[in-house]
Amino acid sequence: MSILGTRVIRTEDPRLLTSGGVYVDDLREPDLAGAVRATFVRSTVAHALITGIDTSAALAAPGVVAVLTAADMTDLPAPPPPEPLPDDAPPPEGPNPMGGVWQEPLLAVDRVRFVGEPVAIVLTDTTYAGEDVAELVSVDYEPLPAVPSIEAALADESLLFPDAGTNVCVRGGRAIGDDSIFAGCEVIVEGDVVNQRVAALPMEGRATAAVFSGGKLTVWTSTQNAQLARLIFTAVGLPPDAIRVVAPDVGGGFGAKIGVDREQIIVAWAAKRTGKPVRWVETRNENLMGMTQGRAQLHHIKIGGDRQGHIKAYRLDVVQDSGAYSRMGGFLPMLTNLMAPGVYDIPVVEADYKVVVTNGTPIAAYRGAGRPEAAATVERAVDWFAAEAGVDPAVVRKLNFIKKEQFPFVTKTGAPYDTGDYEAALDLVLDAAGYDQLRAEQKRRRDAGETKLLGIGLATYVEITAADGAAGETAKVEVHDDGTATVYTGSSAHGQGHHTAFAMIVQNELGIPMDKIEVIHGDTDLIPDGVGTYASRSLQLGGSAVHKAAIEVKEEAAKKAAELFEAAEADVVLDADTGTWHIAGDPDKSLSWSQVAAAADQGLIVANVRFTADRPTFPFGTQLSLVEVDAETGKVTLLRHVTADDAGPVLNPVLMEGQRHGGIAQGAAQALVEEILYDADGNPLTATLMDYGAITAAELPSFELLTHETSTSANPLGVKGIGEAGTIGATPAVHNAVIDAVSHLGVRHIDMPTTPERVWTAIQKAGAQKESAQ
Amino acid sequence: MKVELTVNGKGVTADVEDRTLLVHFLRDVADLTATNIGCDTTSCGACTVLLDGESVKSCTVLAAQADGRAVTTLEGLAAESGEMHPVQRAFHEEHGLQCGYCTPGMVMAIVSLLKENPSPTEAEVRTGLEGNICRCTGYHNIVKAALAAAEASQ
Repeated sequence: MSILGTRVIRTEDPRLLTSGGVYVDDLREPDLAGAVRATFVRSTVAHALITGIDTSAALAAPGVVAVLTAADMTDLPAPPPPEPLPDDAPPPEGPNPMGGVWQEPLLAVDRVRFVGEPVAIVLTDTTYAGEDVAELVSVDYEPLPAVPSIEAALADESLLFPDAGTNVCVRGGRAIGDDSIFAGCEVIVEGDVVNQRVAALPMEGRATAAVFSGGKLTVWTSTQNAQLARLIFTAVGLPPDAIRVVAPDVGGGFGAKIGVDREQIIVAWAAKRTGKPVRWVETRNENLMGMTQGRAQLHHIKIGGDRQGHIKAYRLDVVQDSGAYSRMGGFLPMLTNLMAPGVYDIPVVEADYKVVVTNGTPIAAYRGAGRPEAAATVERAVDWFAAEAGVDPAVVRKLNFIKKEQFPFVTKTGAPYDTGDYEAALDLVLDAAGYDQLRAEQKRRRDAGETKLLGIGLATYVEITAADGAAGETAKVEVHDDGTATVYTGSSAHGQGHHTAFAMIVQNELGIPMDKIEVIHGDTDLIPDGVGTYASRSLQLGGSAVHKAAIEVKEEAAKKAAELFEAAEADVVLDADTGTWHIAGDPDKSLSWSQVAAAADQGLIVANVRFTADRPTFPFGTQLSLVEVDAETGKVTLLRHVTADDAGPVLNPVLMEGQRHGGIAQGAAQALVEEILYDADGNPLTATLMDYGAITAAELPSFELLTHETSTSANPLGVKGIGEAGTIGATPAVHNAVIDAVSHLGVRHIDMPTTPERVWTAIQKAGAQKESAQ
Repeated sequence: MKVELTVNGKGVTADVEDRTLLVHFLRDVADLTATNIGCDTTSCGACTVLLDGESVKSCTVLAAQADGRAVTTLEGLAAESGEMHPVQRAFHEEHGLQCGYCTPGMVMAIVSLLKENPSPTEAEVRTGLEGNICRCTGYHNIVKAALAAAEASQ
């Protein structure tokens, strides 16, 4: 019987549960013995010119090894000089790599653009000394007017990059025309939706240790992709083959550890520059200022249709706040544009975007990266439209879904959806949740004038996963003459359960039991070529690569087995249940894997492959959220969350459910509690966990997960990505539920997070409007 | 100053700076690195250990305050035979961990919670874990693991 699809508990866990993981700060490598501690001196102002840096007091302090600033980076290749754009030059069409006039330095040179930007690095013999010494570095700032928001950026009064002549760094999408696309619409809704800035907040923040010895730089870093990181670390002035990057245990990433941040490069450079092993582990306060954050989009939407609930036209205009440096350029809002129409077959769709720089922490990928924003807004817009048309939101969804028989389907924004059955997923959730009964109870409470109101929120979503299938993923599978197997993957686990999942794939193909299969990832000396883990790509690309390598190993082994049996290769079969080789029709004679491998060169059968996909996949699902809103206080309680998340056949339900649970919680967190805030001067107001409302167990229910599977032909496993789906569906489902609870009071919209204050204020405002209308 | 602790049943003595936090003593002096640091504000609970049997956040206790007392960390939880503690086993069976970073603190917090309340309701577990943040699991399977461990210990 195949192990695939069965509930297998993780092989990773016993070590994590008894001795704990080995994260960067836990490494006790001999090379790191006596490593000095790095502490960053960070900008305390959002926008300023640096007029002087005095390190003399710091250098004189006890325990100091070095204090380094941009002026010390004389050994690095100079960045290309900025080329001022002509005054009339339009912003570049995105997405494109940032550079030129938008260049992000390693350590700040003459200007700082966000609170927390690294200005100097202090190396000391202990962590405590580092904090003391960093305080002694004196930086003189000449403050400039801060640009703390999208609105301030668009005003173009204070410029972050004066040579650019504007704060708009990228534009893209399709030109938005006049309002004729809404001609003939009986119902039109228009408005702004904020998709607020949130923190990725992996429990392990950023951390890097580096050693430069014998001309080789070794970097241990908390990353989602060691091989990509190796290319970025060439910024220290070394070729890739002089660099080894190791990803030890990684305490969560959620997209914010895809890239390599400037601090990581500076730490590696400091090791090279001083010749000393260096270790840096950020504090949470640094993490909430320095690690890239997510979302931060402002949407203007317009949706129109008829009174029966048919949507005729949809327009989405996105402004992305990139923070101080546009690291991912136009990439995130490009995905938001691509996925703008969601699960709906809308005759006319327009979507465009621009990206602005602000004096905030840089924005990059965070669980969903551009797609949650699209789903949040179209699902909000559909509810808006349904309320205005007076039609049940479930009915409006069904009327406008792309139908099962329409797949493959190319949307008006150009997304090539592979497979889907949106109505079935919605029906499954409506039935399981008892939608009609919930609506009846909602009405009863409203009619009885109760203050604890029920809200029912729906979101039917679709997203794009493994969008870079052409980059694919690598895998090497080896079977040794002791009957064990080793899997080397270019994918990079940080909690998802790759080791369990990939071992299951190998056991299924080769019949070698999982406890004899070792999975290795995240070391560029062992795996020079790999891509990594992001965009829900690991099983469909990394898993498919392991699958492909296992099949090649099997083919190679069949040749060896045929030689040993002195039989024709076509007559040799592998019994994948027992992991033994036979001649067809003769079960008495058998060979074990160790016997077959022993007959191969060096007692090893090996296949080294790259799997690529020629198209992305589009997982989908429906989530229903039930909330209770206290009309007297505005407090929201999430009571139930019911989901059908379809990512194709499930390799291991345990892992898949885990991905959904975590995703749902993060999505609900955005709708309910989480938001990064700045004051008018660009000072962060949420730079500790005392101030940032990271969601807790007490604010969430257990989730009700339903099963729905629609296969794809984009890969041999038939699977789509599940890492981000939970988040993408949960935010709009919870958000819609909160507004649904108070819609009868005249509330049309409440921006996220739906804090008690915001909900209470919306209720009061709607009440006042009703009164003045009477 | 000189600090003497019993950590997982073994005596550990060291001269440390007065300001040394218990978590740094455990990690850097006792070289027990399972206990992680997740924030600077006593908010996340990643550093939760047992001090004389009760859970504390070791980033908010000075090593000096723990002088002469007994600390249990994740490394000291399993039986000498290597058999996992019921809470550890429940985490494994219920997939109560993903990246593993919050796990040592979560496990210790639940050990302490179940000592105080051996048969908690789901709501009591959720309230009891309010001071421990997990970013991977959505808490669903952590809560399940706590309830399963309670059940198994009955």
